[in-house]
Amino acid sequence: MNLNQLTIAEAIKELKEKKFSSIDITKACLEQIKKHNYEINAFITVDEKGALEQAKIADKLASQGETWEAKPLLGIPIALKDIFLTKGLKTTAASKVLENYIPQYDATVTKKLKDAGAVILGKTNLDAWAHGSSGENSDFGATKNPWNKEYVPGGSSSGSAASLAADMCLASTGTDTGGSIRLPASFNNLVGLKPTYGRVSRYGIIAMASSLDTIGHFTKTVEDSAILLNVTAGSDPLDATTPGVEPQDYTKSIGKGVKGLKIGVPKEYFTGGLDSAIKDKVETAIKKLEELGVEIVEISLPNTEYAVSVYYIIMSSEVSSNLARYDGIRFGNDRSSFGEEAKRRIMLGTFTLSTGYYDAYYKKAMQVRTLIKQDFDKAFEKVDAIISPVSPTAPWKLGEKVNDPLKMYLSDIFTVTANLAGIPGLSVPAGFIRSASSGQAELPVGIQILGPQFSEEKLFQIGNAYEKSTDFYKQKPTL
Amino acid sequence: MKINVPHIAKLANLTISPQEESKLEKQLTEILTYVEKLKEVNLPAGKAGTSGAEETSQVTGLENITREDIAKDCELTQQEAISGSKSTHNGLFKVKGILVATSE
Repeated sequence: MNLNQLTIAEAIKELKEKKFSSIDITKACLEQIKKHNYEINAFITVDEKGALEQAKIADKLASQGETWEAKPLLGIPIALKDIFLTKGLKTTAASKVLENYIPQYDATVTKKLKDAGAVILGKTNLDAWAHGSSGENSDFGATKNPWNKEYVPGGSSSGSAASLAADMCLASTGTDTGGSIRLPASFNNLVGLKPTYGRVSRYGIIAMASSLDTIGHFTKTVEDSAILLNVTAGSDPLDATTPGVEPQDYTKSIGKGVKGLKIGVPKEYFTGGLDSAIKDKVETAIKKLEELGVEIVEISLPNTEYAVSVYYIIMSSEVSSNLARYDGIRFGNDRSSFGEEAKRRIMLGTFTLSTGYYDAYYKKAMQVRTLIKQDFDKAFEKVDAIISPVSPTAPWKLGEKVNDPLKMYLSDIFTVTANLAGIPGLSVPAGFIRSASSGQAELPVGIQILGPQFSEEKLFQIGNAYEKSTDFYKQKPTL
Repeated sequence: MKINVPHIAKLANLTISPQEESKLEKQLTEILTYVEKLKEVNLPAGKAGTSGAEETSQVTGLENITREDIAKDCELTQQEAISGSKSTHNGLFKVKGILVATSE
């Protein structure tokens, strides 16, 4: 096994035993980036010099007795979605508006990761401003799916998912406003965490839709996801939406098993447009959980059919407001540099907030959002968690949906609900399919586990038990 | 639903070309037709003719988060603060005039 293929937990063990150094792992990742980034287009910026310097410092600290208890990511090379501000390192949001923007400060999460000893390899590609489900809306070219380069990797955190699936890093960060972590995680055989709204600080991360944005990450295993959340979670005086709820030691949920837990299956998520091959995989996963001792309960989330409408009104309204600040005066280029999708969303949001339309669109959407949230509140009175598909289809071919924005938006149908309700979701690998949507290609598929607000530890507990019984994460794409 | 693209573009301070205009009109109309679905939803009735469904804008229930009104040292120097701008003058952002002087 190559060093760049290690999980975080494996790498820490070997670093502790001094079998190799952070420089060794960092070099292995940089080597992999050099070999394959030209065809995957996962990174916008690679900071080779900075990464090697940080790795050298990590090795020095380790040799001086620094511990992984104090610095849980000491010497671990990771990649950041290019929407997390990094002091002195270009941050573009994959938009031409910010093509030369050098931030003067770090996002809170960037700072926490650096303080924990992580090595930042570079900044990954995304749909510009995180607007998209496929990765094709980047102003710097689409990212390709490492499992089959004719297919999309999913978006908007496309480069973060593709870089990890291609073993260019040991973990990567993402943002999830309507599925932008869970969808690419499922398209790339990865674990993707969308935390509870406010669990992780949004400060210094370029805002998309402020009442929906959450900050999470991609890892190879559920345990690694818990290790990372231990670093990033917590309240932040610079983000007033981070509540005082104390984070836990999320790694304690690993290895607990799932006997006696009740998991709900929402009947509304298994109708209509769901690909039959994905339905089979989710049903197989449900059977597996039953074998592990879970009690499966059928539940109903009756307002699910309105979720995409509610989401696209609220999201685009908030997008139009957040992107209003980009005027090219203090930094960046002027408004003529916005790409097609950003313009579309600004226009839609400006319309739904405009005089005479506010009540019919924005206000109504915010009211129906309450009903969607109440659906989940009722369901969680009966069950500990919910299991569902992530995407209604397998990854699609590059170019297939670019001229049909509505069709693209409908791929978020099973993920937007968690953002509207503010609840956490964990996407975990559920195998590989050939399907109507993927044609002859065998591509990854994931399931998502949803829980009540601040129940991340339960999601890790369930995800870890399921992962241990399947081991899909051990399979690697042929690059 | 017909959308007045030039009017909305003006509100959004975006320049839209004639080709973009017809494409946007078609696409936005399609999306708006889809979200019309929300009209079907009957909100639960509340007291005295009000709607029983409150609007959810803050999902974890936080309200009025404040901090002590104490000035902290600024982490950015003036030079750093303007470092991203293409148009500065004497350490300040330089912008176009809003009011234009006339001869009369």
